[in-house]
Amino acid sequence: MSAFFAARSIVIGALLVFLALLPVYVVLTGQFFPLTLFTRIVILALAATSLNLILGYGGMVSFGHAAYLGLGGYVVGILAKEGITSGFVQWPLAIAASALFGLVVGALCLRARGVYFIMITLAFAQMIYYVAVGLDRYGGDDGLTIYRRSQFADLIDLSGKVQFYYLCLALLIAAIFIVSRLVDSRFGMVIQGSRSNDRRMRAIGFPTFRYRLAGFVIAGMMCGLAGALLANHTDFISPAVMHWTRSGDLIVMIVLGGMGSLFGPLIGAVTLLMLEEGLSRVTEYWQIIVGPLLLFVVVYARGGIAGALAGLHRG
Amino acid sequence: MADPLLQIRDLTKRFGGVLASAGISLDVPAGELHAIIGPNGAGKSTLIGQLVGEISPDGGRIFFNGRDITHLPTHRRSALGLARSFQITSLFLDFTVLDNVALAVQAHAGHSFRFWRPARGEAKLRQPARAALARVGLESRADVVCANLSHGEHRQLEIAMALATGPRMFLLDEPMAGMGADESARMIALLRELKRDQTILLIEHDMDAVFRLADRITVLVDGRVIASGAPDDIRADAAVRQAYLGSQTGRHHG
Repeated sequence: MSAFFAARSIVIGALLVFLALLPVYVVLTGQFFPLTLFTRIVILALAATSLNLILGYGGMVSFGHAAYLGLGGYVVGILAKEGITSGFVQWPLAIAASALFGLVVGALCLRARGVYFIMITLAFAQMIYYVAVGLDRYGGDDGLTIYRRSQFADLIDLSGKVQFYYLCLALLIAAIFIVSRLVDSRFGMVIQGSRSNDRRMRAIGFPTFRYRLAGFVIAGMMCGLAGALLANHTDFISPAVMHWTRSGDLIVMIVLGGMGSLFGPLIGAVTLLMLEEGLSRVTEYWQIIVGPLLLFVVVYARGGIAGALAGLHRG
Repeated sequence: MADPLLQIRDLTKRFGGVLASAGISLDVPAGELHAIIGPNGAGKSTLIGQLVGEISPDGGRIFFNGRDITHLPTHRRSALGLARSFQITSLFLDFTVLDNVALAVQAHAGHSFRFWRPARGEAKLRQPARAALARVGLESRADVVCANLSHGEHRQLEIAMALATGPRMFLLDEPMAGMGADESARMIALLRELKRDQTILLIEHDMDAVFRLADRITVLVDGRVIASGAPDDIRADAAVRQAYLGSQTGRHHG
């Protein structure tokens, strides 16, 4: 029972209640900025959650995960520009395109190890970045404005800020739930075993490549969905979304929040983006403060914030 | 009579100028505990690497249970029932002891593209894992995180994981490496108990253990089999004495 009252559970519970009630505050005060900020936070938390599946649990340090954010976004943007605004078409296509990209990239890079793996994922992300830069019809370097958000008939209106926020939050919670089931399943045991000791996994009879590839594709699909959400949120998509520094941000979120912990990416996304928001008002060099903080976490709190909170309880 | 469970025919492997396996031929019939000994650099590790599929031979054939496995990948050999323990402890250190063994069971319980049901709740995986732990004497340590076990316990866990896959044959790569006298004695007792119903290929430096356990011994020197036979024959073999055992032999009679 005492685990129920663990510091980590309290923080996560409070965070979820805060996220759920935020729109109430916003509607009461008429101040919509916090909702815009937190919609962005929730979407990037979804992206970080997807990366955590392969990085935190699977030990696959993908340095090109923002590519899926861009891919999902560009599918929505390009289809919208060509007159196809139905979300029932856009979103499944965004996810399918991400799956396909993940399958190709994964099939090639999962044969490599360590630094080579990181470099190949980065190379593919840079490749698709420059493809987007070269898309003259769709804005090239300047990006593409999306004049109409994805349409879901009478089901939900994404132009409604509160509706859209709740949709993003619901998808984030669903993703966290799915990851929680995945990592405890047979499949999850395999990718975690492969993180721990891939050679041994093969020796006891697992063809680990195909499981890691499946994890890679699942994570890509989730992040592609986050990309579709992000494009709808900003009404805009540009190559900047998949710049390699964006991939770095996702990794920072996971390291800050806690690698291989279910809510770590969410905690990390909230922490990093709030810091960015707060500190960038003080100085444009806000990274100078975030940098040492990250260093501190890496040196003194390997499990990130989620891990430190769990440690409080144990200690 | 049935064919031997493991047949090695004229296995050859060259690393640059060094002939690590110089036409090794060897039979291990079912039920035998067959030990391979040899001085450092004799090619024992290269041999086991080729048996498990981590090193690809330049020539020769390996048959397991009548099937040519010379070019099968590691996981397929494991699926056929060839279980291997590592010379250097190779476990899932951040998993619990029971999770380690359950993973070994899972490897041989159909595919793992099962995404939803908690694996730790599957009796089909946990029960055989507990049984294997009980057999090596680790059942009381089931919920301990693997990194917190002693060296001797790690070696026992290695055996439990090999056992849990329900193998036809064990390849044990120096299971007694780095062990103290007490731990070695316990491991010898465990192997003696295992060999009653298992086929084992044992690579081991501990001569005392080898001569006490083995039904047959093969001596490898410079990638070549210089002798193969019962422990007493090996002890008496002049070539072996000269090439390998030297003056040590006397000690093992005492």
